[in-house]
Amino acid sequence: MSIEIKTSTLEPIRHTFEHTKRRFGDKPASRYQEASYDIAPEKNFHYRPMWQPDKLLNDSSRTAIVMEDWYAYRDPRQYYYGTYVQARAKLQEVTESNYAFFDKRGFADRMSDEVKAKIIRCLVPLRHMELGANMNNVLCCAYGTSTVLTQAFLYNGMDRLGIAQYLSRIGLLLDGNSTDGLAKAKEHWMTDSAWQGLRRYTENTLVVEDWFEVFIAQDVVLDTLIYDLMYRQFDEKITEEGGSDLAMLIEFMQEWHKDNSRWVDATLKSTVAESEHNKELIGRWVADWQEKAVADMAPLAEIAVGEEAVNASVEVLNKRLAKAGL
Amino acid sequence: MTSKKLNMKEKYSLLTRDLEWEYSYRDYEEIFKQESFEGIKITDWSKWEDPFRLTMDSYWKYQAEKEKKLYAIFDAFAQNNGQQNVTDARYVNAIKLFLTGVSPLEYQAYNGFAHTGRQFGGVGARVACQMQALDELRHVQTQIHAMSHYNKHFDGFQDFPHMHDRVWYLSVPKSFFDDARSAGPFEFMVAIGFSFEYVLTNLLFVPFMSGAAYNGDMATVTFGFSAQSDEARHMTLGLEIIKFLLEQHPDNVPIVQRWINKWLWRGYRVLTLVAMMMDYMLPNKVMSWQESFEVYFEEAATSLFKDLARYGIEMPDYAADAIAEKEHLSHQAWSIFYNYGHAAAFHTWMPTDQEMDWLSEKYPNTFDKYYRPRYEKWREMEEAGERFYNPTLPMLCQTCQIPMGFTDMENPTMTSYRQSVYDGERYNFCSNGCKDIFDYEPEKYVQAWLPVHQIYQGNCGGAEMEDVLGEYYRINLGTDNLDFHGSPDEARWNAWHNLQPAEDKLKKAS
Repeated sequence: MSIEIKTSTLEPIRHTFEHTKRRFGDKPASRYQEASYDIAPEKNFHYRPMWQPDKLLNDSSRTAIVMEDWYAYRDPRQYYYGTYVQARAKLQEVTESNYAFFDKRGFADRMSDEVKAKIIRCLVPLRHMELGANMNNVLCCAYGTSTVLTQAFLYNGMDRLGIAQYLSRIGLLLDGNSTDGLAKAKEHWMTDSAWQGLRRYTENTLVVEDWFEVFIAQDVVLDTLIYDLMYRQFDEKITEEGGSDLAMLIEFMQEWHKDNSRWVDATLKSTVAESEHNKELIGRWVADWQEKAVADMAPLAEIAVGEEAVNASVEVLNKRLAKAGL
Repeated sequence: MTSKKLNMKEKYSLLTRDLEWEYSYRDYEEIFKQESFEGIKITDWSKWEDPFRLTMDSYWKYQAEKEKKLYAIFDAFAQNNGQQNVTDARYVNAIKLFLTGVSPLEYQAYNGFAHTGRQFGGVGARVACQMQALDELRHVQTQIHAMSHYNKHFDGFQDFPHMHDRVWYLSVPKSFFDDARSAGPFEFMVAIGFSFEYVLTNLLFVPFMSGAAYNGDMATVTFGFSAQSDEARHMTLGLEIIKFLLEQHPDNVPIVQRWINKWLWRGYRVLTLVAMMMDYMLPNKVMSWQESFEVYFEEAATSLFKDLARYGIEMPDYAADAIAEKEHLSHQAWSIFYNYGHAAAFHTWMPTDQEMDWLSEKYPNTFDKYYRPRYEKWREMEEAGERFYNPTLPMLCQTCQIPMGFTDMENPTMTSYRQSVYDGERYNFCSNGCKDIFDYEPEKYVQAWLPVHQIYQGNCGGAEMEDVLGEYYRINLGTDNLDFHGSPDEARWNAWHNLQPAEDKLKKAS
């Protein structure tokens, strides 16, 4: 049995907006579709940007990648603002209770000084690298083409700020808010030879102008390597060394990386599949940045995990690239 | 180990400011290429006061709660066909104007704040801009969702991004935002963050939302309430950018003053659309344009500029020109749209007797003298079956792109008209403000994509008006446009409510 409330039904005169109908057919469109497709200005810009007079305000030639249709992409997570913030709010709720529990039980006191020092040296400096990732993804949002891509870049950029903030809180939790941990971590980032390659890599990405190359250098190459190294391998290593409680504090990063990778993979795959030109170009960018990244992260990988760590991360990256058709 | 307590400010600073480092493998200028070309001098970004101290975890949490409530209302609105409960189908034209004219500006703001959110050298300013970019994306997407249901039952919403890029009157808001985005990052912040979001927001965003509240539009007004706290954040950012620029270096003062003069005039001209919406398109009026202008511009701006006087900033030029127009603006704008009602993507109409009386009462110095006689004439024509449409194409102001229909305020029967010659060509303007803006940067404003010029040059689908309106603009002729009376919108509304044509209903009500 079911009960049935009668509501007045009115026959609609159309099912969705014309631009969504042209793209997806004459049927009700999802909220993701209405919020993401064909809403960016495309034509008849009035003035050339004073900061880049050779381009239009929104101009798809800001990358060497060519797409016949820049809305050919689809975010497998179907994030528009509403679904994005709700997904992150769920994740942060769990994280917040993890951090509170860690603090309340005084888990920092259960860690040896060596373990704490290792976390400060190897993990917490990533907060600076995450700020670089924030800037890079915001750049892709600002100069990229099509809302279906640019919105995902902004979500990624804001996520990286959030991760930098969680990493900073790890630094604070480990030393009872004395802030010495953060100061030491910054010192490592600035002068420790284990970090200089990665800092140079990050600074080099910040001057790249082609936004799709930035996406490759940051989200594809560096993130794949570093997230595997730190949030998988380092997590295991530090557990062996008596720092298993750290796992509670980095669960956000692990879950986030899984979620974000679905979008990165889909974006990479659609772009590579578009043409030989794209495939060849991306192949070249990947090779360039991968070579640098592997060399630059080696000293950190050795200290954080051990000799074989880099190769293990490279294997993860290669699998990922193969899946995207590279 | 007992933890030390950190206060909000210290904590926010550690979680945001302290993420920044001093670059040594690359130069600062390579990373922030746009920071100096406008002549603005920044000596110390650390003096930036964070306008809101919101970490990402709190941002996700608060915004997710707001979104959940908002979408629950949207769902209920659609399920119950809430569009039947607005005061009158004419009202819906106000939100057609909003979706085609204003929502795309939210999109442009999203683009613009992402740009400054990458370009500023100070991490505090960058992060504040990034959050605003994200909020602006929220606004455009939630507005689309709020109006998605109206689109299923009324004409004129269906091709809004396409129209925004092409239709003649939509080039007024579009060129305004293109102007701001094509400027340098600091000018963008003064243009949008300060002039638009701080000084003028109560005259743009608020009248639409109040209009929705007064006219039973549950979906739009719920969006308005939900966006209120975002807007409050944006206002504090707008004020902070001004204070920061003025405190950084005395050389910034004249540059900022010039930008304020320019952008308040530029923004005020866009508000012409709001003025006519308030006085003519809302069946239930909130307040008159003049009243709202007096409260939110004259009073609020006077006290704001008193505060800014200590930095050497003065009341902007042209404030007096704007004040002189307040008793005329909405009437002249509505007359233009009534004239070109066949070329708009919404319906126009003549006010009812009751509405004319309201206008007489609100505009005792001008309405009966200049506008009522004109409207009565047009109404007679309509009753005689000869509804007036102007078949010619208007000349547009080179700067604000509004048809040259504004009059001299001293003599409201004469069209106001200014000219400049640049590189051997003559350019026309509606006002001193628009002419001065052009004269300062003619190389920028000669680029303007003026819709009427473009039609004449054959760039808009053809030589016939049907080609331009139908093929190029994608306006469904006779469905989306022309007079409200006799429109399919009106017929559907009447069928839902078992009504005679709306005028009869209004006559009965009075």
